[in-house]
Amino acid sequence: MVDILNALVVLANFVLVPALAYGSQLALGALGITLIYGILRFSNFAHGDTMAFGTMIVILATWWMQKAGVSIAPLPTALLALPIGIAVTAIVVLLTDRAVYRFYRKVKAAPIIFVMASLGVMFIMNGLVRFIIGPKEQTFADGARFIITARDFKHMTGLHEGMAIKLSQGITLITAVIVVAALFWFLNRTRTGKSMRAFSDNEDLALLSGINPERVVLIIWIIVAALATIAGTLYGLDKSYKPFTYFQLLLPMFAAAIVGGLGNPLGAIAGGFVISFSEVSVTYAFKRVVTYLVPDSWAPDGLVQLLSTDYKFAVSFSILILVLLFRPTGIFKGQSL
Amino acid sequence: MSTDPYHDSRGNKDVSVTNPKEESLIVAEPEGKAPTKPTPAKPKPAVANGDDAPFLVGRGMTGGYGRGADILHDCTIGVNKGEIAVIVGPNGAGKSTAMKAIFGMLNLHEGAVLIDNEDITGLSPQNRVAKGMAFVPQNHNIFTSLTVEENLEMGAFLRRDDISGTMEQVYQLFPILKDKRRQAAGELSGGQRQQVAVGRALMTQPKVLMLDEPTAGVSPIVMDELFDRIIEVARTGISILMVEQNARQALAIADKGYVLVQGRNRFTDTGEALLADPEVRKSFLGG
Repeated sequence: MVDILNALVVLANFVLVPALAYGSQLALGALGITLIYGILRFSNFAHGDTMAFGTMIVILATWWMQKAGVSIAPLPTALLALPIGIAVTAIVVLLTDRAVYRFYRKVKAAPIIFVMASLGVMFIMNGLVRFIIGPKEQTFADGARFIITARDFKHMTGLHEGMAIKLSQGITLITAVIVVAALFWFLNRTRTGKSMRAFSDNEDLALLSGINPERVVLIIWIIVAALATIAGTLYGLDKSYKPFTYFQLLLPMFAAAIVGGLGNPLGAIAGGFVISFSEVSVTYAFKRVVTYLVPDSWAPDGLVQLLSTDYKFAVSFSILILVLLFRPTGIFKGQSL
Repeated sequence: MSTDPYHDSRGNKDVSVTNPKEESLIVAEPEGKAPTKPTPAKPKPAVANGDDAPFLVGRGMTGGYGRGADILHDCTIGVNKGEIAVIVGPNGAGKSTAMKAIFGMLNLHEGAVLIDNEDITGLSPQNRVAKGMAFVPQNHNIFTSLTVEENLEMGAFLRRDDISGTMEQVYQLFPILKDKRRQAAGELSGGQRQQVAVGRALMTQPKVLMLDEPTAGVSPIVMDELFDRIIEVARTGISILMVEQNARQALAIADKGYVLVQGRNRFTDTGEALLADPEVRKSFLGG
């Protein structure tokens, strides 16, 4: 009985908790992608680098605050810097829209042209971030490290195995819940939110109803900038900040958005968790969990690991391909927004 | 919809709906272009058949889509207050085009559109909505992923006042919608979708309701039901301009009928007279 508990604790410590946090980060990122797809009808390849940009601003603001002695310990200062990051990112993203996307909207360009344009935006953002903060890893997390350390947990429960919950993981989960709740409230309850869903559903009819497309686009970019900055900052707090990692996040985030059904916010959240749980559990070595569960003589010699962690991107890629082959509209039937 | 998994076609792909430029290529500038003067001091030249200037009229419209060939040739369509006008004719006669021209969705080379004696030829469709016109397209005329109630709310997007009264009126007109108001409009049957579409258009409290083949693809029973509702709407003082495929039934409820052939007015009379006209019967109503 104790062995089963121990096995569960190991599983929770190494799979459940990290996957939950990672899944929330992916879900927030995928939400941004799916919203852009729903409203502007293109796959925004610049989203990963928008996240990197937003997080960079948050980091710079955090450093500045740390220097000025501002702190909300035990919470990380980055949370305080978040609004600044969101505001700056929103401005940059809106300027990008003005300079790049608006032209293509005006000439009613095909979606693929938008995608290519976003690719260009991605490279520029990419360079901008590296130019300002450099390609190296940056640390900006401060405040308390853990909510429960492994040792405290062992002490509390008397179990052989410990479970640690990092503060960043807790913050990630809580923030994600708040942000998603706010987003859904906005989309389903407010007049503006409903008009955005209407626009996503049937553009022509929305125009006939007097919904102003430029306003819809403006608001969606602000929301996306906020989502990207929050997702990026949470990821950076939880793991570490490195511009290249954010670029790499594009694959799991797109996989999450597509698995859930592009254009469907609920699907993006579900997709985020599908991807994160598969990625973590496929690359985790289950040896210790299995050892607790089976009699000693059956204990495995190997790691009981399906794939090396180096292959974690292969997981999201395989899921992406499977979904596109067998259910191209995603789990939630890519209904429009 | 399984045929459109990626929802590439959102809306009816009618680029002209947006008509953002608010221009129309009128060569012959109509006289009396005083938009802010609704005084009928100078009576407009009467329409073809010589009665009072209708509430909404597209007069001598000539034009087509984009740079394409002209579809309408000197076509005149009008509707009086609280009356039902029906446009019928064979396939490709330009029925829907005539209606879209009145709504500003294509550029006219010649002719003018007047509502309440005010020239609106140069206005975009959106601005015509503000002038009291409401248009129900033939396809993609509802927000499928929104609930019935949200569809109605979106119809009233331009209004800033309390819309609950109008919504209650729509529910009275279409009681089934009240039962289904929390359901996604895309889950409803064809006839119910049309009710949502008409309800959405009514939410702006229009003076003129324009329907593009409201009964396309619904069963005969539902069609009769819809026509009954349309008559009810007209009784509240709203003018109805309607394009119909089911010419016989439509003319039966019409105060005024227009038979178009190849973009030209062929017959124009009351619905009753057209139904009785042996030539119209022979050529367009199947005997």
